[in-house]
Amino acid sequence: MLSMRGIGKSFLGVRVLSGVDLDVAAGEVHAVVGENGAGKSTLMKIICGVHAPDEGTIEIDGRPVSFGHPLDAQRSGIAIIYQEFNLLPERTVAENVFLGREPVRRGLVDRTAMDAATARLLDELGESSFGPRDAVKRLSVAQQQVVEIVKALSVNARLVVMDEPSAALAEHEVELLYRLIGRLRERGVAVVYISHRLREVFDLADRVTVLKDGARVTTVPIGEVSSDELIRLMVGRDLGTYFPARSSATGEVRLSLRGAGNHKLRDIDLELRAGEIVGIAGLQGSGRSELAKAIFGAEPFTTGEMTPSRPRSVREGVALGIGLVTEDRKAEGLALRQSVRDNALLVARALGAKGRDGVGGLLERVRLSPPRQEQEVRYLSGGNQQKVVLAKWMTMAPRVLLFDEPTRGVDVGAKAAIHDLMRELADDGMAIMMISSELPELIGMSDRVVVLRDGRIAGTLPAGPSEEAIMRLAAGEVT
Amino acid sequence: MDTLSRGRRPALGGEARGGLAARLREPTSVVFLALFGLIAVGWVLVALDGGQFLTTESIVGIQQRSAALGIVAIGQTLAILAGSLDLSVAYLISLTSLVAAEIMAGQDGNILPAVAAVLAVSALVGLVNGLVITRLHVHAFIATLGVALIIRGIVDHLYDGPAGKVPESFQLLGYSRIGPIPVSALLWAGVAVVAWFLLSRTRLGYRVYAVGGNEEVARLSGIRTSRVIVLTHVLCSICAGVAGLLLASRLGAGAPTVGTDGGYDLESIAAVVLGGTALAGGKGGVAGTVGGVLLLAVLDTIFNQLEVNSFVKDVVRGVVIVIAVAVYARRIKGRSA
Repeated sequence: MLSMRGIGKSFLGVRVLSGVDLDVAAGEVHAVVGENGAGKSTLMKIICGVHAPDEGTIEIDGRPVSFGHPLDAQRSGIAIIYQEFNLLPERTVAENVFLGREPVRRGLVDRTAMDAATARLLDELGESSFGPRDAVKRLSVAQQQVVEIVKALSVNARLVVMDEPSAALAEHEVELLYRLIGRLRERGVAVVYISHRLREVFDLADRVTVLKDGARVTTVPIGEVSSDELIRLMVGRDLGTYFPARSSATGEVRLSLRGAGNHKLRDIDLELRAGEIVGIAGLQGSGRSELAKAIFGAEPFTTGEMTPSRPRSVREGVALGIGLVTEDRKAEGLALRQSVRDNALLVARALGAKGRDGVGGLLERVRLSPPRQEQEVRYLSGGNQQKVVLAKWMTMAPRVLLFDEPTRGVDVGAKAAIHDLMRELADDGMAIMMISSELPELIGMSDRVVVLRDGRIAGTLPAGPSEEAIMRLAAGEVT
Repeated sequence: MDTLSRGRRPALGGEARGGLAARLREPTSVVFLALFGLIAVGWVLVALDGGQFLTTESIVGIQQRSAALGIVAIGQTLAILAGSLDLSVAYLISLTSLVAAEIMAGQDGNILPAVAAVLAVSALVGLVNGLVITRLHVHAFIATLGVALIIRGIVDHLYDGPAGKVPESFQLLGYSRIGPIPVSALLWAGVAVVAWFLLSRTRLGYRVYAVGGNEEVARLSGIRTSRVIVLTHVLCSICAGVAGLLLASRLGAGAPTVGTDGGYDLESIAAVVLGGTALAGGKGGVAGTVGGVLLLAVLDTIFNQLEVNSFVKDVVRGVVIVIAVAVYARRIKGRSA
């Protein structure tokens, strides 16, 4: 139903897309993959009318169209679900669904009709955990995504573009997403699915288009390509093994917890050793992020022991040599409008250091490419932003570094670089704790996997556990 | 799916639909609770002082004192909800009071043309504010400050004291009353009801909340955000113009300092914020603003009756505003944590 031919686009003289073709059929799930900077986001924004292409044609059902405004695309039956949700937290579900298209009766907004239509769509998707009049700010991330999908359906979208829809979801919530996409497909809706997670591409897609450096490499039915081939097509080189080799040498205990707890956590016994990467698994709400924040001093432990000492504030945590790479780098990790250098120096300056020495070397060490210190961080790709966060913590040479979802929303190449770097830091004697919802990452990286459930440690697994073993502990099934 | 989703949000039903306790914690309720509390406190204090607090006279006084600020603050609410703000209202009030009094020139027959001219001038100023913000991408703070200075320059160049004359019939707007209710208070109530209706029942209202809540979200939902911002500024300025008419009718003339003497720019913003509307926009409403304005007026009345020195008055007002906003901020933080 959608056919794009020879799409090209430049920004400020920099060519980001050239000669890209894309065809999507009704009822098809079409995956678009590529490294960051390959042009996926720009292509999506062109489909949705946010940007106009410099060259090329777009046809819908054989009719040429040109979109000057997202509204035009919407009228043509195209909806997009962005990586960062486009919802108003203060407004209700129905108000968000019909945002900009509120039904009116005698000049007034017809709230009854709006609520009823929203309820019907929620019902069709089998979603009964919330209703049209609930405020969006009270919904979980997964529920918010359902709202986005309902919004897309409410415009009678025949093509839904999903940009990294699983990035914010925990493993079990992704299943809900799969089911929703299944329902869209049944209704004959075409889905363009962008994801860094190849497993999802293989689970969901009918065909996959690979972009590299702003050009289309190929479009193939998913059955005709293997995961390794796909990666090779994306990066143009063989990544070999996904994960860096473990080293067996673990050193002294850097940090230990005895019966530690707070309002979210109970009876946590945990040791982090120099040279070791400890993976933390658990479902959303199991207390994973809370554990990192408690150790770091952001939401301190209130009971139990922590050696060398229990931080009562972030300042004390940092003084103990603990760093935290947070889950949400845009909100908690970076000052987006400041330069790479200023961000890299955030921690050092907070600790009273002056000057700008060594930033260059540090940025090279975290493999920031290109290592331009003056650029504002908000213009960097997700992977590069994460590298800047890492650089920020490395300025203080931490003894313990906590990672919360270190590679969320990061492309394959940058992901490998971050993994390498984590192992390198461990080998240099740092104690590392890594929270991840992505099981292959946990399994591939961790020397030990600690599984949390309901704020307690459900069990600890040695290096290389199976996904099943982790899920059993996380979900609490008795075996 | 159902077990999954149910497990995820056990607390939703009770919390989201909100018991009475939750509703009382909403800023609008907080400001009205504070208002009633303040009236009680004022009553006790004035009684201890040997006076009587809520006499007809003081009630009428509160309403009259509130009316002009109230109307301006309603307009300001619209601008702030859309994520903007307007610092030019005080000078615009002075300007429109002069426009009204000069055109009326003491003649009954000139009232209608004068009112029309005031509305046109205000709409124009609002349009300029809105266009400077949306087209030239100047922050609302600077854009409206600039427009404010331009108006001041014009007014100060042309006038150095009260000018024009408002006919007796038009002065009724400022002083007459129906029972205990002054006509000016009815005008304020009318403006508030219209604004409330606009915000809660029309598409424009929904879009004001959307643009103020997150302009990018609004834009990507197909809302022409510039248009919404310009419109709220036009409406805000028209409210200021109406306040200018009201003040002219009270004074019997136009005055180049009537707006700034009343401090309507910052005071209106303070009333809006006191009423629980987020300064960043997207959250709040007219009811809170009405409460905020009344709160400030009752505070004034108490101080007047107790004959407290006006510097103390300002200190207390400042403290009240800061505490109110701190309370709202605390509430929000408590919920998201």
